Amino acid sequence: MSTEEIDLVSAAPVPEEPALEENDRVYVATQWQLMWWKFRRHKLAMISAVVVILSYLVAILCEFIAPYDPNTRLAAFTYAPPQRIHVRDESGRFVAPFVYALGREQDPRTLRWTYKEDRTTRYPLKLFAKGDAYKLWGLWETDRHLLGIEAPAGSKVAFSLLGRDRLGRDMISRVIYGTRVSMSIGLVGVALSLTLGIVLGGFSGYYGGFVDNVIQRTIEFIRSMPTIPLWMALAAAVPPGWPPLRVYFAITVILSLISWTGMARVVRGRFLSLREEDFVMAARLSGSNELRVILRHMVPSFTSHIIASITLSIPGMILSETSLSFLGLGLRPPVVSWGVLLQEAQNVRSVALAPWLLLPGLAVVIAILSFNFLGDGLRDAADPYGR
Amino acid sequence: MAKFILRRILMAVPTLLAVSVVAFIIIQLPPGDYLTSYIANLRASGDALDQQEIEALADRYGLGQPMHIQYLRWMGGVLQGDFGYSMEWRVPVGDLIWERLALTVVLSFGTLMFTWLLAIPVGVLSATRQYSLVDYVATFFGFLGLGIPDFLLALVLMWIAFAYFNQSVGGLFSPEFVDAPWGWSKVADLVKHLWIPMLVLGTSGTAGLIRTMRANLLDELHKPYVTTARAKGLTEKRVVWKYPVRVALNPFVSTVGWTLPQLVSGSTIVSVVLSLPTTGPLLLRALTSQDMYLAGSFVFMLSVLTVIGTLLSDILLAWVDPRIRFEGGASR
Repeated sequence: MSTEEIDLVSAAPVPEEPALEENDRVYVATQWQLMWWKFRRHKLAMISAVVVILSYLVAILCEFIAPYDPNTRLAAFTYAPPQRIHVRDESGRFVAPFVYALGREQDPRTLRWTYKEDRTTRYPLKLFAKGDAYKLWGLWETDRHLLGIEAPAGSKVAFSLLGRDRLGRDMISRVIYGTRVSMSIGLVGVALSLTLGIVLGGFSGYYGGFVDNVIQRTIEFIRSMPTIPLWMALAAAVPPGWPPLRVYFAITVILSLISWTGMARVVRGRFLSLREEDFVMAARLSGSNELRVILRHMVPSFTSHIIASITLSIPGMILSETSLSFLGLGLRPPVVSWGVLLQEAQNVRSVALAPWLLLPGLAVVIAILSFNFLGDGLRDAADPYGR
Repeated sequence: MAKFILRRILMAVPTLLAVSVVAFIIIQLPPGDYLTSYIANLRASGDALDQQEIEALADRYGLGQPMHIQYLRWMGGVLQGDFGYSMEWRVPVGDLIWERLALTVVLSFGTLMFTWLLAIPVGVLSATRQYSLVDYVATFFGFLGLGIPDFLLALVLMWIAFAYFNQSVGGLFSPEFVDAPWGWSKVADLVKHLWIPMLVLGTSGTAGLIRTMRANLLDELHKPYVTTARAKGLTEKRVVWKYPVRVALNPFVSTVGWTLPQLVSGSTIVSVVLSLPTTGPLLLRALTSQDMYLAGSFVFMLSVLTVIGTLLSDILLAWVDPRIRFEGGASR
């Protein structure tokens, strides 16, 4: 349906009409409905939305979805390669998915372990398999995991879909746990910088004049600083003795202290352009007070733009956390985030030995891209009367 | 024009002052007095304590005196080229930073040039041949550059070079040139090594600029003056390059202001991964060992360089675009 020719003034709904024609739906649709229709046409953004929602589901349910606890060390499987899941047995018949046991040999010269499937023993994959015990959200104690194998204790097998690291920890479990920290730091950080950005940007745009000048100069100053060295310096000042949760919040605050500027610019720009609109003038003339003009009339008309720019600023947050943790200045090892995981890949020799150490990087790339596409789609949709 | 430049330089002064305050705060951030920790370190390592040296340092930096005096002392030193004393290396900071800063500038500037040389023609091609193969390939690489963090790209490149070509891509010099004095052969060696970090650093910037260039040019190409030019019978090449490209380049020049901080920022972490002899690795080391004069000086000098770079880009922009020159404002 085309939205270009809609004339809003003459588009008053016709109440007597019982069933609306397909084309007439546009006239009575709310702004959010129009946005949704427009957003739906953006294929890449739709796919990205699904990816983002799935990753947050993984983040929420990570204990259940990960096959192992991220800190379980299996010394017999250091640097074990990703495991193949078989669906055919020796004779080529299709059977339920299973994995073979894993045998290993040490090269006497290089002392390097090589792994080989031991085709004599099979372990079927199980849904809701028993594994490491955990407490979901600190409430329910259970030992069920979404996918896994149930092997008797001491047997030579580990379910490692994406391989294992230098201490024999399961990579996919670690990436899944890292999703929780990395994806949430994006949200929390953006929430903080949004608050700062809306308050300061709102002041700046609504009052103008001297306040505007001071805030704008501050923003320009912050934007002209190279951020990573500054972040590094601030993050290095976080005392090493702090508990993980405190470090997490300290890092988030440090990240948002610098990144609120982008948000403030968007908010200010919107305020400036809306301040002159007729409907704002009308609201003021009919006696609304300042707060009501802002909250009831101005804010709703730019919420959609704010949502779009939030989405576009989350990947920057995730990336910054990853970079800082990667350098060893952000979150620290007992905490599992994508950046912390990538620290293991700093040594090119261990990457050459176990390329799957780079997989957390793939998670970062997917997260960044899907947030960007989602944000692009939302930004286009936020303006339903646009092109 | 001279008036504009003068005003723009005057505007940079408060920024520089603010930068110096931030750098000073960074120096003061770690708990305790760095001289105390320096003495503790010396004691722990069993080195001989030179009481005179310590007193000279305490006196020089006004330790124990109020903050603003310490700041003024430090600032006064900086203006005379004395950046303080590196507690870890036990030499003046000035001896450590200049060569690394110079290499950082070379790297950032080289990357900027590389980004432009690649992004402008590709952006123009991608806009004039919208929805063609070139456009799709450019868009694809654009998204890739957008999604892959610099340091990850560096890691992957290093891994591929190491595992499949058995080569090390780190560093900016061949082993025989690392400690060699500067000369033409060393410069040639630098140029030979520079392209890998430039490629790594330039990817994301190029991706962004191609998209900007494409969008700008697409907007321009549909304007009536282009149709007029075409109707007058100009060749297609001339129609595109003579006017719309020049207009589309305008927002391009103005982005230098934020491209530079990003490049310096990105080069810090990339040079840690590729162990380049630029500011990154030394800054990281100074921060982890709390060698604060060194760390603070790096942050200070990097920011100053960025401010100067932005200043130059603003002047360049005013030179290219008369509208800005005559309005006199440097606001973007």
